[in-house]
Amino acid sequence: MSRLELKELYTGFRDAGVIKALAKQICTEAEKLCEPLCIMEVCGGHTHTIMKYGLKQLLPQSIEFVHGPGCPVCIMPKERIDQAIALSGMKDLILVTLGDMLYVPGSISSLAKERALGCDVRALYSPMDALAIAQQNPGKTVVYFAIGFETTTPMTAALLQKAQEKGIKNLLFHINHVLVPPAVDAIMHDGEARVNAFIAPSHVSVISGAKIYRGICENYATPVVVSGFEPVDVMQSIAMIVRQKNEQRCELEIEYSRCVTMEGNLKAQEMIRRHMKPRENFRWRGIGDIPFSALELKAEFEHYDAEKLFAEQLPHQKIDDHKLCICAKILKGLAKPKECSVFGTACTPNQPLGSCMVSSEGSCNAYYRYAQV
Amino acid sequence: MSQIQLSHGGGGEETNRLIREMFYLHFANDILLAAEDAAVLSVAKNIAFTTDCFTVSPIFFAGGNIGKLAIAGTVNDLSMMGAKPLYLSAGFIIEEGFEIAKLEQIVISMAQELSVSGAKIVCGDTKVVPRGSADQIFITTSGLGEIVKPGISANRLNEGDVLILSGDIGCHGAAVLMEREGLGVRSNIHSDCASLWPAVEALLRHDIAVSAMRDATRGGLSAVSNEWARQSSVCLELEESAICIDDAVQGICELFGFDALDFANEGTFLIAVEAKDAQRALECLRGVEVSKNAAVIGRITRKKEGRVILHSAHGSSRYLEPPKGELLPRIC
Repeated sequence: MSRLELKELYTGFRDAGVIKALAKQICTEAEKLCEPLCIMEVCGGHTHTIMKYGLKQLLPQSIEFVHGPGCPVCIMPKERIDQAIALSGMKDLILVTLGDMLYVPGSISSLAKERALGCDVRALYSPMDALAIAQQNPGKTVVYFAIGFETTTPMTAALLQKAQEKGIKNLLFHINHVLVPPAVDAIMHDGEARVNAFIAPSHVSVISGAKIYRGICENYATPVVVSGFEPVDVMQSIAMIVRQKNEQRCELEIEYSRCVTMEGNLKAQEMIRRHMKPRENFRWRGIGDIPFSALELKAEFEHYDAEKLFAEQLPHQKIDDHKLCICAKILKGLAKPKECSVFGTACTPNQPLGSCMVSSEGSCNAYYRYAQV
Repeated sequence: MSQIQLSHGGGGEETNRLIREMFYLHFANDILLAAEDAAVLSVAKNIAFTTDCFTVSPIFFAGGNIGKLAIAGTVNDLSMMGAKPLYLSAGFIIEEGFEIAKLEQIVISMAQELSVSGAKIVCGDTKVVPRGSADQIFITTSGLGEIVKPGISANRLNEGDVLILSGDIGCHGAAVLMEREGLGVRSNIHSDCASLWPAVEALLRHDIAVSAMRDATRGGLSAVSNEWARQSSVCLELEESAICIDDAVQGICELFGFDALDFANEGTFLIAVEAKDAQRALECLRGVEVSKNAAVIGRITRKKEGRVILHSAHGSSRYLEPPKGELLPRIC
């Protein structure tokens, strides 16, 4: 077998000639559209690609993007960040989490600020690093503040499995894993959103399969295309949506056929099912309560569940967003970041007021960094 | 005695021995060896003066160490002003228990790097702090250079100037990050840490009409280009496809969600030259090892004053923002 270079995985999918050819094809075919296309790219990663590569500039006026609720940092309600902060302040406790989480403002502080004050907060590159930290600190409790959509959930399940296998008792979990389909439903069900097509994230479907979007496709009569994150992938997905619209089809299609199947990774799904169950309710920042839209550890793993073990010490007060912040509307696809009165002034990546400005995959952050010329 | 002890900073016999056997030995020159309270220098009328502190962790990395960096960094700051680096000071803050062999390795690297530009260390100081009060070793260098070509300034960029980048970007940031974070990824990335004086000297010798030069250190090309746009109230329009990024550096960016434009460089600089001299400037730079991959990457316009615009090969454009916060990996 010949050696695969990393760049072979992306160079072709950033090829200027291919992007231009797809743009031309889309422009031609979009002339036949009966109504303007309002595509929600559910995932912040797609927002990032669209902004970074300036794809909107290559498309006709009749195609518009609406930025969805697909950034796990952006949708994290402040009260849960406050819980992470409360944990980080406990004696002999090390809080570990993924990098972007550090700067998300809770009600009065952030994990980065707590770290500066002396709390032991560490950013992980891989959740598996939590194992070594727990082993190296037997006298301390390590809490993994787990975040992310279906994509990152199997890693948390695998970490829990490994902790059991190795008999590691001082590694606990604070689970904040959320699910894409219930969030899309929450946005669509009241009929307010103008969305009439979806680009769905490929990495979620690598795990969960494309099948998870069947309901969306059928219930709202919208095309759904599961797309990769390179600019050629996104352009190809848009072309597929335009074609569906012109042929009056509303189907679930897979653009990212290099890794996504209808069924997904069954082994990963099983690993998640073994350790986690749907949570009755999860409050999404910007959207509000959505039943069964997140996961929690099953009862049999309660002794690993920091939320349960420290229930009495953790704050549970619900905290709303800053009153000037329109993240809620942005997450619902009802407003663009630039329509926000504090965008780029009181709210910047260095001083985020709202959640969408915090993470590099949040739509306001992407708009701020890659504003169109 | 193989470790630095507090007594090495006490000013007594141990200090003197360290100075003699380490610093005088490797940095030897008449001014330094005169061993006066201050170096006595004879300098031209127009001089450039700069200072920089070095705290890099890890202190040894692929392609260099803190010592090489401390010399190249200050030499480069002088060079960027069109000044020939002449005299440097070196201050060492060393943690008790630091291995003397490592210190010697660092000092030898400094001496080697000095030979590239011909600059001399003419004064210095050493302090030893108790274990835990510093992270192994910190170095401060100040430098003084004779201005060969006056008027080079980041505040005086002109519309029409051509922008040349001296090499590929991101190697230093990627090399240090790889070692610091223990990412568990092996690579052959080496820091670009190097003195840029030979490249600058070539430009000045050929009397190239240089408007400004700046090495793309912390914050990388994103930071430097934005600084220029703001300082001179001009627009920097860059062609993304002309900016060269090593495959391995780009690979690190892909894996961890970084942008090579934000990565630090320690031997790569941006040059603005009058359009008439752009081709000659390229030839000069390409004739010098440290800038052999120099390329034109853009130009100065008035399109959007104070901003940097990045043009893609596929026909779209976006603003390039300066990097924000600390470098973090993406989460999914």
